[in-house]
Amino acid sequence: MTAETTRKFNIDTVANAETTPGQSLPWAELGLKENEYQRVEEILGRRPTGAELAMYSVMWSEHCSYKSSKVHLRQFGEKVTDAMKEHLLVGIGENAGVVDIGDGWAVTFKVESHNHPSFVEPYQGAATGVGGIVRDIISMGARPVAVMDPLRFGAIDHPDTARLVHGIVAGIGGYGNSLGLPNIGGEVVFDSVYQGNPLVNALAVGVLRHEDIRLANASGAGNKVVLFGARTGGDGIGGASVLASESFDSSKPSKRPAVQVGDPFAEKVLIECCLELFKASVVEGIQDLGAAGISCATSELASNGDGGMHVELTNVLLRDPSLTPGEILMSESQERMMAVVTPENMAAFEAIMDKWAVEYSWLGEVTDTGRLIIEWDGEKIVDVDPRTVAHEGPVYERPYSRPVWLDGVQADAFTGSAAAGRPADLREAVLELMASPNMCAKDWVTDQYDRYVQGNTALAMPDDAGVVRVDEETGLGVAISTDANGRYSYLDPYEGARLALAEAYRNVATSGAVPLAVTDCLNFGSPEDPEVMWQFAETVRGLADACQELGVPVTGGNVSLYNQTGGVAIHPTPVVGVLGVFDDVARRTPSGWREDGQAIYLLGTTADELDGSEWANLRGHLGGQPPALDLAAEKTLAAILVNCSRDGMIDAAHDLSEGGLAAGLSEMALRFGVGARIGLDEVCERDGIDAFTALFSESQARAVVSVPRSEEVRFNDMCTARNFPTMRIGVVDTENGALDVQGHFTLPLGVLREAHQATLPRHFA
Amino acid sequence: MSIETPLIGGPQPLASDDGSSPLDGVTVGVVTFPGTLDDRDAARAVRLAGGSAVQLWHGDHDLQGVDAVIIPGGFSYGDYLRAGAISRFAPLMEQITAAASGGADALPVLGICNGFQVLTEAHLLPGSMIKNNSLHFLCRDQRLRVENAGTSWTSEYAEGEELVIPLKNQDGQFVADNRTLDELEGEGRVVFRYVDGNPNGSRRDIAGISNAAGNVVGLMPHPEHAVEAGFGPDSSARGAVDVRGGTDGLGIFTSVLKKLVG
Repeated sequence: MTAETTRKFNIDTVANAETTPGQSLPWAELGLKENEYQRVEEILGRRPTGAELAMYSVMWSEHCSYKSSKVHLRQFGEKVTDAMKEHLLVGIGENAGVVDIGDGWAVTFKVESHNHPSFVEPYQGAATGVGGIVRDIISMGARPVAVMDPLRFGAIDHPDTARLVHGIVAGIGGYGNSLGLPNIGGEVVFDSVYQGNPLVNALAVGVLRHEDIRLANASGAGNKVVLFGARTGGDGIGGASVLASESFDSSKPSKRPAVQVGDPFAEKVLIECCLELFKASVVEGIQDLGAAGISCATSELASNGDGGMHVELTNVLLRDPSLTPGEILMSESQERMMAVVTPENMAAFEAIMDKWAVEYSWLGEVTDTGRLIIEWDGEKIVDVDPRTVAHEGPVYERPYSRPVWLDGVQADAFTGSAAAGRPADLREAVLELMASPNMCAKDWVTDQYDRYVQGNTALAMPDDAGVVRVDEETGLGVAISTDANGRYSYLDPYEGARLALAEAYRNVATSGAVPLAVTDCLNFGSPEDPEVMWQFAETVRGLADACQELGVPVTGGNVSLYNQTGGVAIHPTPVVGVLGVFDDVARRTPSGWREDGQAIYLLGTTADELDGSEWANLRGHLGGQPPALDLAAEKTLAAILVNCSRDGMIDAAHDLSEGGLAAGLSEMALRFGVGARIGLDEVCERDGIDAFTALFSESQARAVVSVPRSEEVRFNDMCTARNFPTMRIGVVDTENGALDVQGHFTLPLGVLREAHQATLPRHFA
Repeated sequence: MSIETPLIGGPQPLASDDGSSPLDGVTVGVVTFPGTLDDRDAARAVRLAGGSAVQLWHGDHDLQGVDAVIIPGGFSYGDYLRAGAISRFAPLMEQITAAASGGADALPVLGICNGFQVLTEAHLLPGSMIKNNSLHFLCRDQRLRVENAGTSWTSEYAEGEELVIPLKNQDGQFVADNRTLDELEGEGRVVFRYVDGNPNGSRRDIAGISNAAGNVVGLMPHPEHAVEAGFGPDSSARGAVDVRGGTDGLGIFTSVLKKLVG
């Protein structure tokens, strides 16, 4: 017997399943629970075939089905007002949300996680994280125009951290740089809670005209289904189910084979060829292949469209001819897309594929039968209602309970703790802060990313937000920032989520853009732990409430659960991305001052809020309550910053968050290497705090700006009219070459820069 | 075959619409290979310098009558083999190689980054590029010195003038044997040199070179990313500039346009 007929002989067909009800299947190995397997049998009225089991197991995984998070995520839809929907063209549920930015332009953006694969295989895990989110953006009909990557690693000096930092940063650069996408922002955070579970989140932004929006649905019986891009191989099998939907456990075998392998060249060609397909209007519906591969693409396309599809699986072009039908359905090989094309457009489609030398194969066609039928050499191996695979998976109301330890943690405030003694020397304290792993310069990372390509980058790291131009003629553009603070969320997940949103919102406004929409990546431990589930529930509730209060809708995102090793979960880490719009990016505000004699103002007031702060972190303390949040004040501050940018009242602005005023002033001075003279006495007197608190507290709704002398009256009038507290705290000094905090210390910028720049190279170069 | 995917947001058409310019009818071709990234950026630079850009497809056999050619940056064919090693076999490269050989009046050709790598693979320029000595991709604003202002692409600069131009690559370390390096130095064919620190280990701090006739120039830094105030580097070697206001690279593109109309 030839290999070919052996394979055929061994295929588990629907007919076979009907006649062999007792045959046992490896559902547990594929990640299904017993009750879930029984539900599959109920739906089908028989045992599933091997191929059907493969499909259900990946599509019903936590990663693909959101079965534990769904009941909570509904709030993002329920708490959206009509006013918030004003700019929303496509909301949650599609590959990515789409927002109207005016002049017929739209922007699509989304952040996703690739945490588990990046721990197992850092380079490929991080690279394919970029690849996956970029394909989501292309699927909407958009040209990708920028990426950014919020990253969280374990302790900077842990022996395993260098492996992850080197692999993950090189993977992001290796993939994103090869796609020609500027990397314009992100975060790099070190905390031992992420030691066995680094967080690799990837955000992408795309730009399109309103009329070019594409959706993932298969409509029009008789239309053809085509798979194109890279060939299907054996990589990433079970990536969504056994890798991303379970905790790590050292007693189990390596999950390395479940990690996908990326080919950025193939993806770059895929981007250009998809944009040409869109321009020529030759695709009716399109879906990228990510988690759960062909299982996901066929079932979602069919389920969102006319409800039926007929596919011949032997038509799939393979890298490895020994793959079984189940493996082909589960493979997460990268750089693949599936599209629906009318018979009349097939030739035009093929011409574009040929131009870009992209391989494709016609798999089958759309039907109106309501069934997804997959055949293997003419024999039926899948016969399912696609909705039961894609949308009607299990939904769990997981039990949740407030952690018993939380009261004790919240009672342990920094002030009054053993760690709270004031540093003898504020100059040394500022240097220590600015050299610390979380506050140090991230150039060693960001210099490995191309921030110039496409020629539209108006701001990038280390400014508060990344800014790209969309329209070269008008200067219309967007700003994006991502933020999260796992320590705040640990202390109070409801407030932590709101604080993350507030910071991203503030960052976007600080750059001068009007905040418009939100994407989120919710990174948590195991949902099977009621305390983790409580953190998750509180986070979603907090984020949905805060979005409503700020009037910015969540347009899409991702949930990453099971970020835990053994019984130890990460801090709850909701990464929030906010997108804002500029009429003209020429108005963007950089984060550093340059002009001698400009007045430096502190907007907002400062209280003794050191709990969960970077300073407390440096002293090894984590307890108390996160800083108080006043979203009305955040809105006013944002309005002031946006108006100042539009009317040319400020030359520089920087929001105050982690590291407080000490970090803000240091970063503003280092941005262009220009010093300043600062006086804190009046602030201390007004707010009833000491100089240490003024410098290190992380009170919210604050920003520092530099104001040209000619604009001071107008600036003050505007703040007064809005009843927002502001105080002149100093002046830009191009001569002194130092950050001079009068009465306390003078810190030469050379010394500050060296401390700030040396940390990452010392650990990783 | 034309390239049907415009940079979203780009003015259409790409050509300059100034009817009375002496540059009328003068066109600079920008080549796109699969995996080319900075083609639209190079076309924009030509436009900002006052010229008209024509997009050229690697698989064509026709230079469309262009007066000069830019081979832009990127990762053509993924650079999985050796940067530029596959692209040099593209049909269009035969036309370019033929037109660029033949003395000072031959077709001006500029290779930027991956384009420089393609030109060395095509033997239009000597030497080769290997991985940066840091072994990392490096993106930074780099200071250069113009060593030869006599080429088709550098006449707008003064010899010894310094520029700040973004550098961004993985395989940017220029290498050649000593005899070749001596020859390049002796013939004044070192066009750009890194100053304030060698970023990648390039021999003799070489950032860019030319052929003997001076019509073919290759360099690793990206002048097309220092042509438009607001979207360039934060500094200039020519004095203080606004945020991302560096435009020191524009002279490369005006040099060739001046040569073409002069």
